[in-house]
Amino acid sequence: MATQAFQKIYTKLNQITKATCSVKATGVGSEELATVGGRLAQVVKIVEDEITLQVFAGTEGIGTDAEVIFFGKAPTLKVGTELAGRFFNAYGDPIDGGPEIDGIEVEIGGPSVNPVRREQPSELIATGIAGIDLNNTLVTGQKIPFFADPDQPYNEVMAMVALRAQSDKIILGGMGLTNDDYLFYKHAFENAGVIDRIISFMNTTEDPTVERLLVPDMALTAAEYFAAEHNEKVLVLLTDMTLYCDALSIVSNRMDQIPSKDSMPGSLYSDLAKLYEKAVQFPEGGSITIIAVTTLSGGDITHAIPDNTGYITEGQLFLKRDTDISKTVVDPFRSLSRLKQLVIGTETREDHPQVMNTAVRLYADAANAKTKLENGFDLSDYDERVLEFAKEYSHDILAIDVNIDTDTMLDIAWELFQKYMKKEEIGIRDDLMNIYWKKE
Amino acid sequence: MTKGVVKAIIENLVQVEVSGPVAQNEICYIELGSVRLMAEVIKVLGNIAYTQVFESTRGLKPGANVEFTKHMLEVKLGPGMLSKSYDGLQNDLNKMEGVFLQRGDYTDPLDEDSVWDFTPILKAGDRVSGGDWLGSVPESWISHKIMVPFALEGEYTIKSIVDKGNYKLTDTIATLTDEDGNEIEVNMIQRWPVKIPIRSYKEKPRPFKLLETGVRTLDTLNPMVEGGTGFIPGPFGAGKTVLQHSISKNAEADLIIFAACGERANEVVEIFVEFPQLDDPRTGRKLMERTIIICNTSNMPVAAREASVYTAMTIAEYYRNMGLRVLLLADSTSRWAQALREMSNRMEELPGPDAFPMDLTAIVSNFYARAGYVYLNNGETGSITFIGTVSPAGGNLKEPVTESTKKAARCFYALSQSRADSKRYPAVDPIESYSKYLEYTEVVQYLNENIKSDWVDSVLFTKDMLLRGREAQEQINILGDDGVPLSYHDRYWKSELLDRVILQQDAFDDVDASTPMKRQEYMLKLVLDLCEKDFVFESFEEVMPYYMKIVNVLRQMNYVKFQSTEFDGYLEDLHKIVEERSAN
Repeated sequence: MATQAFQKIYTKLNQITKATCSVKATGVGSEELATVGGRLAQVVKIVEDEITLQVFAGTEGIGTDAEVIFFGKAPTLKVGTELAGRFFNAYGDPIDGGPEIDGIEVEIGGPSVNPVRREQPSELIATGIAGIDLNNTLVTGQKIPFFADPDQPYNEVMAMVALRAQSDKIILGGMGLTNDDYLFYKHAFENAGVIDRIISFMNTTEDPTVERLLVPDMALTAAEYFAAEHNEKVLVLLTDMTLYCDALSIVSNRMDQIPSKDSMPGSLYSDLAKLYEKAVQFPEGGSITIIAVTTLSGGDITHAIPDNTGYITEGQLFLKRDTDISKTVVDPFRSLSRLKQLVIGTETREDHPQVMNTAVRLYADAANAKTKLENGFDLSDYDERVLEFAKEYSHDILAIDVNIDTDTMLDIAWELFQKYMKKEEIGIRDDLMNIYWKKE
Repeated sequence: MTKGVVKAIIENLVQVEVSGPVAQNEICYIELGSVRLMAEVIKVLGNIAYTQVFESTRGLKPGANVEFTKHMLEVKLGPGMLSKSYDGLQNDLNKMEGVFLQRGDYTDPLDEDSVWDFTPILKAGDRVSGGDWLGSVPESWISHKIMVPFALEGEYTIKSIVDKGNYKLTDTIATLTDEDGNEIEVNMIQRWPVKIPIRSYKEKPRPFKLLETGVRTLDTLNPMVEGGTGFIPGPFGAGKTVLQHSISKNAEADLIIFAACGERANEVVEIFVEFPQLDDPRTGRKLMERTIIICNTSNMPVAAREASVYTAMTIAEYYRNMGLRVLLLADSTSRWAQALREMSNRMEELPGPDAFPMDLTAIVSNFYARAGYVYLNNGETGSITFIGTVSPAGGNLKEPVTESTKKAARCFYALSQSRADSKRYPAVDPIESYSKYLEYTEVVQYLNENIKSDWVDSVLFTKDMLLRGREAQEQINILGDDGVPLSYHDRYWKSELLDRVILQQDAFDDVDASTPMKRQEYMLKLVLDLCEKDFVFESFEEVMPYYMKIVNVLRQMNYVKFQSTEFDGYLEDLHKIVEERSAN
């Protein structure tokens, strides 16, 4: 972002901390962008003529005589159809060697959609993964995170979901991504031949930490442009939101704010909600769907980050290693898609909701049987049968490498019910049993 | 009017240097270019007023002009609020243009040009005081009372009142004179500050009437009453919102006010989409016609979120004073508490537990105390039943918001993660949850008179059965299936009958979604009779399959119309199954 002519330059900083500095200046607006010694900064506090700036790249080496130049505007992104297929940094500047974008300049983190103008999400996103399509169906305009431990293959699964889902644009917001993972995504998209549908905003571990606070807003501003102006179906991938929250806590700490739970800022809920709520189904057909990754520490979902996220997002997905079949599955117990009710049984086959619930219930019974077995108790005939059922269910349907459509999933589930279960153990409504239960 | 100038800006906390008197909680408008941002005074220090701005302050500069309004945050009350969707500051969301919310876009909550068919109730010469009914206009199916403004203190005499006919909201419909002979003109609109309760009623007795919600685990086990208070804490994914939606769809109330406070926008959209379609079983009209939505979703400004619950409560009090049964639902009060925390933090107040403000408990209690059953000045009754959800951090109920609420609310509907995980919906924990109203002699008497003479005894017996079942289950888990007497299995499965047939309910099934009290009474008796029966089993392995058969038939009954031929068919099946193993 180049300086413009006739800008007033301030050169007397009177306070410098690790992430902020302050300067005396007049005519400066709240949240305005500036450069301090050539580094981008944003106004976070104004007390009369004392302006406090947050320097994104950190204040290392900034002198009290550093030049401060105010831009007179909040952070912006230039949007246009040329964004497609491009890679940018957290400031929206190209990092792929391509030309600058010559588009309309819009402020990032803009206003929210009037709730009465939203449409109810109703279009199913098929991924071919049963743990999602069958048990936790996704819908356009939804926001859902993967709650994953760092050792789980969440980036791979997310890339798989992104590539299989039908969408017009995929926008990747990478926060604190390792360079290796960044290259993984890049290659995955290139190999799939979809690079012209991808837009990427990247803050890797090599970049300054605080910069990543801009990434989700950049990604979502671009998403809003394509969804609202061009009525496109946009899928936004945000990884890793935990690292984004860490950056938030660093800034709030430097601003002397009183931390709440887990040293996170008290405004964490609102900060996250502002991002996730950008997921929307527009009346003209465009939509923004957000799939995020929140890494957990030791699977602890009561930590402030996953906890606040869970209250904002429309469900969450967990990955789990099923040791019986040696494969990764989407955990049927802990995962939940809140919007599935809008499509299952209507967009999909009528027996979908009941089959889904029954299969999960039997899978739960199998888990109980397993506990019994581990505790050295004898298994009943029922226990033996559900264990067998669970194994095949997991292998034939749940495993993440299985790619089948929902009807096939339902058909397999019915086959397995009839193979292992008795009629009265199913508990599905009679009118559906009459159609799908073939065994006497 | 007092004027001021912006001195300092820290996010939405703006310090204003004022040139005249300002009041705590006074509303002011800050100029930002061509828009005016609404703000509320939350602290005054010398000639600096600390204000919280209800909008984003992006681009605001020191030196901006501020104008104070001399009044607190108010709502505008009058006919035409039904089926409207407001934001937290009572702006009509439907009147806003464009898909995105624009800063400083404030819209009229009422339609000032609308015309209403006014019928006087009182006549010239009558003595009146605040809240008395001057006349009424039909608003949808409600007889909307035009009342003496609540703000008028003391006694007044009606000097004149218009005849029956059509009048605009702003037309004078009555002229009152006070003791000193001053004349006051009254139209159909009145204003009231949201943070102050409307107290224009005679007395507030203990509530005693059951409020049917159609949700069995509430109505049967832990009943809510008209004018009662309750809260639903639960971790995310436990079904708080689904439960609140079911209550709002089926509750026996005249009016539902839904405060979507800092929650997901798509959940509000669900109401926008579904309620205009759904029939209200009692009036035959659409549910939307008895609903008002106050919607401040999580991405809307934080300060307005705090205001939204008060806006909702004040509108509820207004309709209560017309003699209506109002059900107020707030989802979620934790978000409101968090909004308080964010402001307290920005004001650099010393924090209480978990950085919440120290007076959180007092604020929550005062708010819950605004609910209740009242006798109005004219002897009629009205009520506000309030049910709030709480979203405890980490699902841990030992956190400040849950604890504060527990002190204030009388019903506790704890949602349990383990019930949700095993898809036992609604996930209200039958053992942890309670309704204090079951201890009220007035309530016990009402239930026994209106449902069945020994109803409360059956309910308490059910609770005991559930508790004993859980104890039996724990023993089975510890000692193993064959390590306990057969009777433990029997006891456990009898409690499962109650759980699976009575407590679990399918909110998405047309029939099962709502159960009238008569049907609840019938089903409870049916299941309790089974619980009292002795069955003959050879080994524990026979217990589960047998009870599963019974559960299956009973659940099929839940899915079909009450006392239909199908229902009776299942009943016959049930009797046959019971005969198989009946000992007596």
